Amino acid sequence: MSDRMSVLKTYKLFIGGAFPRSESGRSYPVNDHRGNFLANAAQASRKDVREAVTAARKAFPGWSGATAYNRGQVLYRVAELLEGRREQFIAEVAASEGVQAKRAQSIVDGAIDRWVWYAGWTDKLAMVFGSSNPVAGPYFNFTMPEPTGVAGVLAPQQSSLLGLVSVLAPVIATGSTAVVVSSLDRPLPAITLSEVLATSDVPGGVVNILTGRAAELGPWLASHADVNAIDLTGAPESMRADLERAAAGTVKRVLRAPSSEPDWTRAPDISRLKRYLEHKTVWHPVGV
Amino acid sequence: MTTWEYAPAPENRDIANLKPNYRMFVDGEFTEGTGEPLKTVNPATEEVLAEVSTASTSDVDRAVKAARRAHDRVWGKMPGAERAKYVYRIARMIAERARELAVLESLDNGKPIKESRDVDVPLASAHFFHHAGWADKLSYAGYGPDPRPVGVAGQVIPWNFPLLMAAWKIAPALACGNTVVLKPAETTPLTALVLAEIVQQADLPPGVVNILPGAGDVGAAVVEHPGVDKVAFTGSTDVGKIIQRAIAGTGKKLTLELGGKAANVVFDDAPLDQAVEGIVNGIFFNQGHVCCAGSRLLVQESVADELLEKLRARVSTLRVGDPLDKNTDVGAINSAEQLRKITDLVASGEAEGAERWTSACPLPDKGFFFAPTVFSGVSQAMRIAREEIFGPVLSVLTFRTPEEAVAKANNTPYGLSAGIWTDKGSRILWMAQKLRAGVVWANTFNRFDPTAPFGGYQESGFGREGGRVGLEAYLDV
Repeated sequence: MSDRMSVLKTYKLFIGGAFPRSESGRSYPVNDHRGNFLANAAQASRKDVREAVTAARKAFPGWSGATAYNRGQVLYRVAELLEGRREQFIAEVAASEGVQAKRAQSIVDGAIDRWVWYAGWTDKLAMVFGSSNPVAGPYFNFTMPEPTGVAGVLAPQQSSLLGLVSVLAPVIATGSTAVVVSSLDRPLPAITLSEVLATSDVPGGVVNILTGRAAELGPWLASHADVNAIDLTGAPESMRADLERAAAGTVKRVLRAPSSEPDWTRAPDISRLKRYLEHKTVWHPVGV
Repeated sequence: MTTWEYAPAPENRDIANLKPNYRMFVDGEFTEGTGEPLKTVNPATEEVLAEVSTASTSDVDRAVKAARRAHDRVWGKMPGAERAKYVYRIARMIAERARELAVLESLDNGKPIKESRDVDVPLASAHFFHHAGWADKLSYAGYGPDPRPVGVAGQVIPWNFPLLMAAWKIAPALACGNTVVLKPAETTPLTALVLAEIVQQADLPPGVVNILPGAGDVGAAVVEHPGVDKVAFTGSTDVGKIIQRAIAGTGKKLTLELGGKAANVVFDDAPLDQAVEGIVNGIFFNQGHVCCAGSRLLVQESVADELLEKLRARVSTLRVGDPLDKNTDVGAINSAEQLRKITDLVASGEAEGAERWTSACPLPDKGFFFAPTVFSGVSQAMRIAREEIFGPVLSVLTFRTPEEAVAKANNTPYGLSAGIWTDKGSRILWMAQKLRAGVVWANTFNRFDPTAPFGGYQESGFGREGGRVGLEAYLDV
């Protein structure tokens, strides 16, 4: 056994590619499943939400305007980095979720594979969701999917990594940008993911991760006029109808959540991708 | 120069087969509603056309239960190939009764007969025809091997395209195996009730289609009824938000097609005469009662004066008046209430300092009419540049660079449609990518087709109508 004191990490928020503390100065203790202290996490505030939305909006033109091939490569690169941090994620998932090492391993592997699955979607979306439309007249007409914009994501409370990846990756695969509120009690894998994203080629602001209470931050995201969509997965069940009502103020796209958290190990489908896509139909005359 | 005046060319109103009374259609039968009857008015003459019975809350309940029965026992499990034939029948019967429907639509709504005859009715028929063919091909639509219907659809539609909006709502719902309870607009219930006759003649099983006339309270009762699985609404953004709030927490599936404030962008290399025709079509088509109307004209500064001059000359020739006259270009404003709203917004434009030009065309003595109006010198902060006027009023702004055009075009919480006029192909495609709107018309405007998905970004709503992606609204996916 070494005598050396280990260097503990300060866990922070991830906004616009930087790692600030909460402007509120608040933090809260994060414990493992047995109640042993792991770390202090920053407790994000309303103002942090606003900063994160501003960063996400600023990043949107560049990210949505990148070629699909480029977005695919950037996202695949994230999977490569996740693989490199595999051991750290396994330890954090095991500590956070209280699962055995073998189970934690399979969760992390699933999360990495899921990321790869979504990375591969970027340049297929327009083919699968777009169409050429045979209108009854001399017009060339096509429909293409486009990203919805800025999405507020209340990440799952239970599944700290696989669940998080399952709700985040489809947002950014479409070209939308995200403000994520992580699991309150299990935020460490989310913070580590933000470190991965910061060292990847994902531009700052495309993903912003806030640790803190979905119950506190959700209403600000749901009512924010510059947020286009909101995923209620990690919201307390008792608040979901209110959040949906608040979201109606600017006609947000709402991803409702089932009453209990889905089984994230099940194979994903295209439904989440679709929720972050708009369809644009373009007309042009032919022959005149 | 000799001026050749138009001779009157009125369509015969008897063709509308107007009846003194219309009743609601529930469970396959026309029955007296227990709500307060409404009188529907011809907006071009202010005469009462007919008395229409309206639904009460208990009628809504009866209709939803009938729709549920029809869905569970018959329609939802009927083979798609059989459903298709019913929907084809409706398409054909609309075409057969096209002239009657067109005249009735113009009487009840005030839109010019050439428009109801050439646009509304043919497109309504086409919408049923297109969707009929989907009924037995849904497994190829990209929603899995056997996509199921949602169930009972509650649908609320506006007064600007009464029959066409009914078709946009009912056709995909039926093709996908849903049953419907539809509320037409308070001021334009008649053609939807003739459509109900067609549904009856086509021998659809009772309860598959229910049509309940009434005001907003009936719409609210339909939307909020716990037996409704899916809500579809076309109308104002304000009411759309109320509906989204009302169904929060219920799990009902929702699609909204709401308001707009479309930018119609004209570059200096556009063929100006062609652009003028498109601008006129964009804002004066259907008296400007169009959610996707090109109500904000953005003109490149170098051609603004020339374009405005051509535009005013062209707008001066628009004939405003009797909707049943085949030469009429702009008909009646649908209601006194809408006319008031238009008048108020126009007054705000003047008060805020925009320069008003209004066509000197003669207006009829009776009825609700508003002469085509063009505001120039409009700035982005003015109400007439931000709010949906829903009338024959165009706001003209200018820009210098394509980037500025994009920024101004996108400077709105709406996002339904947009137009681009330029001869440069690469600029069209660049603009089409940059404009945050669900429909982009390049070198054309206000074109619609059942195969072309239609719907908005942002506060113009969500979900699409038409095309393959439009089916999703009515499938349990």
